[in-house]
Amino acid sequence: MELHGITKRFPGVVANKDIAITVRKGTVHALVGENGAGKSTLMKILYGMQKPDEGTIAIDGEQVSFTSPGDAIARGIGMVHQHFMLADNLTVLENVVLGGEKLYGIGAKARKKIREISDAYGLGVRPDALVEDLGVADRQRVEILKVLYRGARILILDEPTAVLVPQEVDALFDNLRELKSEGLTVIFISHKLGEVLKVADDITVIRRGTTVGTADPRNTTPKQLAELMVGAELPSPETRESTVTDIPMLTVAGLTVAQGGLAPVATEDTARTPESSDTFVHEPAAGGRLLLDDVNFTIHKGEILGIAGVEGNGQTELIEALMGMSSADAGVITLDGADITKSPVRKRREGGIGYIPEDRHRHGLLLESPLWENRILGHVTEAPNSKRGVLDLKAARKDTERIVREYDVRTPGIEVTAASLSGGNQQKLIVGREMSHNPKFLIAAHPTRGVDVGAQAQIWDAIREARREGLAVLLISADLDELIGLSDTLRVIYRGRLVADADPATVTPEELGTAMTGAASGHLEATDNRSAGTDAGADSPEDEAR
Amino acid sequence: MKKFDKDRLLLAFAGPALALVTAFVLTMIVLAATGVDPIDPLRIMVENAGYEDVQVLIVNQAGTYYLAALAVAIGFRMNLFNIGVDGQYRLAAMVSAVVGTAVTLPGPLHILLIVLVAMMVGAFWSGIAGVLKAKRGVSEVVSTIMLNAIATSLIAYLILPKNLGVQPEGSNDLNTGEIAQSGWFPAVDLGDGLEIYGFTFVAFALGIVYWFVLNRTRFGFDLRATGASESAAQASGVDAKKMIITSMLISGAVAGLAGMPVLLGESHTYSLSFPVGIGFTGITIALLGRNSPVGIFFAALLMAFIDKASASLDTAGYAKEIGTIMKGLIVIAVVVSYELVGRYGIRRQQQKVGEELAAGGAIKTDKEVAA
Repeated sequence: MELHGITKRFPGVVANKDIAITVRKGTVHALVGENGAGKSTLMKILYGMQKPDEGTIAIDGEQVSFTSPGDAIARGIGMVHQHFMLADNLTVLENVVLGGEKLYGIGAKARKKIREISDAYGLGVRPDALVEDLGVADRQRVEILKVLYRGARILILDEPTAVLVPQEVDALFDNLRELKSEGLTVIFISHKLGEVLKVADDITVIRRGTTVGTADPRNTTPKQLAELMVGAELPSPETRESTVTDIPMLTVAGLTVAQGGLAPVATEDTARTPESSDTFVHEPAAGGRLLLDDVNFTIHKGEILGIAGVEGNGQTELIEALMGMSSADAGVITLDGADITKSPVRKRREGGIGYIPEDRHRHGLLLESPLWENRILGHVTEAPNSKRGVLDLKAARKDTERIVREYDVRTPGIEVTAASLSGGNQQKLIVGREMSHNPKFLIAAHPTRGVDVGAQAQIWDAIREARREGLAVLLISADLDELIGLSDTLRVIYRGRLVADADPATVTPEELGTAMTGAASGHLEATDNRSAGTDAGADSPEDEAR
Repeated sequence: MKKFDKDRLLLAFAGPALALVTAFVLTMIVLAATGVDPIDPLRIMVENAGYEDVQVLIVNQAGTYYLAALAVAIGFRMNLFNIGVDGQYRLAAMVSAVVGTAVTLPGPLHILLIVLVAMMVGAFWSGIAGVLKAKRGVSEVVSTIMLNAIATSLIAYLILPKNLGVQPEGSNDLNTGEIAQSGWFPAVDLGDGLEIYGFTFVAFALGIVYWFVLNRTRFGFDLRATGASESAAQASGVDAKKMIITSMLISGAVAGLAGMPVLLGESHTYSLSFPVGIGFTGITIALLGRNSPVGIFFAALLMAFIDKASASLDTAGYAKEIGTIMKGLIVIAVVVSYELVGRYGIRRQQQKVGEELAAGGAIKTDKEVAA
């Protein structure tokens, strides 16, 4: 497969410029570049979701032109999206045949075919399992199988490791090698350099929309690759000196949240020990499944507490309970000595909680409103935004300009809508806004997700600086390097409970990953994992991970 | 920076202009297709608008429309579609007429009482939809439509002579009896028996209140934020459920006022011939006026013009339903053209931001200053 001179312009920006890539058959070809470098646009072009303005695509020496994903599929190209496209309430078989009913029917023949593919590439997919019972890694394998079922010979994987823990990543790579040995071609998009070097045969680096070079993984170091990728050294989240004090800022005791409120039956669950964690794996929702189960922690002034966990293990519920968007069914939350368990969101914000939401488009911004209105959002009752119930637009505008200056938000002005900024700049605006009200406690959920390297470093700096001045931070992230680098203390959340803690100075991402799948608990030591084998949940780590 | 503002202003005018031109052209096509002279009816309408008595009718009608449209616009700003303005104002007018007839108070107090009762009845009727939406998730579109139908039946029942109504002698009409003079809102007399309802000015003044509350107060910010993104507003500290109920109550209270210009200024009673359908025209006007108090003002005038200037078309041998056709086409044209202009605006802005940034037009940040 060859791409030549691919150029794609969007209003105002050139997403791809003169891209040239040659992918050899039967290899894993990695495409690396930082957020916003144009990787996703390129993939959309390859998959027929967008048409290039210029340039040619050739497959097996034959020029092709795609007008829809259907064309790409017919040519043997399949795509595994970063966000899975599966129907939860259908079985694996039903999901796989959906839209491809004509291929092998929907019955025994299809099931046989799925088994065949699964066995051929070692995917281990059970056709009759319900998708909602599958973990993230299993769902990903279903997605891969779906693509293979449609006869793909070239697979595109968009950031496939973003949602996986290290052990699952290794398993995925084994699958990819299997695919490769069967003569299939894999295009692997990522910005995690270590992983890329581990699995790829060839590497193409994209920066600012164009191909800046290729690398041979056998004699390239992550550092060299990073320099190719961003033109400079990658920022490190590493935090040197400790600023942790012994003054508790936020104390959470026995926090419990149940699905649809706490049912009387479920109360005994709060007393459970970590060892029994798998006994309610498939408990029906009607019984009030515990989304947060007896969560206890204290964050001191100047401390960053990192929470590691596979997404969907209660992080969202924890944030909502701390912010007051949902009420706790049991437990006490104390902020700086004051019980805020029953306070509404606004009271908590006024009381000094800052919030960098995990989904900034849904929870952090009014996309179609100008920047200065977004600066008011969440702090409408506080100075300088309003006085006695009346907005002070002049002061709010002026302060927005200050945030834009101090936090390096790249924008031509504060009257433009939030939607017209890039993700990194949107995030810097949010960070600036939250920091502008001298928070005592900051909830930072995936603070650098989807932002470019430059913004990432600035956001880390902002958090570190505030921490030095006594801010307590709850850091929730899927980026284990960020967690380990930034945190003073680490806890692991699994199925709504904090199952393990670790010292960020000694713990490795692999050890964290083990605990994230529920295979280890207690205090994670750098050298041994005695508690790992004793956990009853170890044999089915991915169940219900979502 | 100014450039963006000018662009935005231009785009704000482009939407309505495009819609109106399209609607008028379409009307002419419809007329031509049915074998009617496409120009002459429009000429007559414009000519009609030149007469002073028609102008007074237009202004008075516009005041009523303005209130109805404000009520709808409050809902729109919060992403709620209050289709029930029609039922709310009719029920409010009827109940307040009954109360106004039953009591006699010194002038201003009498008027105030009638107005307050109207607002409370309107708020109560829309509040039902608000509570249903907040507590049970019932779509306000469905519930307000149903409440409209219920209001119609309720009024028909209440106005029966055996209940609250009166049948004037020698008439088939039913009404609620006449309100005493102390409950009549003073009008602006233009001579020749031409009067502008005093309440019309209250209506336009309310536009200023609407603007201030929405754009300059915390409450207004919360309301707009909830309308723009409920999830973001919730995270910012807005109690979304409370906001749904509050905004529905306010919308209904303003809707309750829509019947006041006529009740206090002219009819002084609620009868079977009390104007209907104002709530629906209000929706059109709020859409056309883009929920802005100034936009709604001009849209209300335009709708009132179409109404009043087309009324005498049949004396010239044309169907006066041409006005209705026009109104209908405006609704369609508004929806389509605003969508088009809106998309164009967003694309254009993103493009400009991209270009300005590429050209180094960003606000100087500390980092750059230091460098």
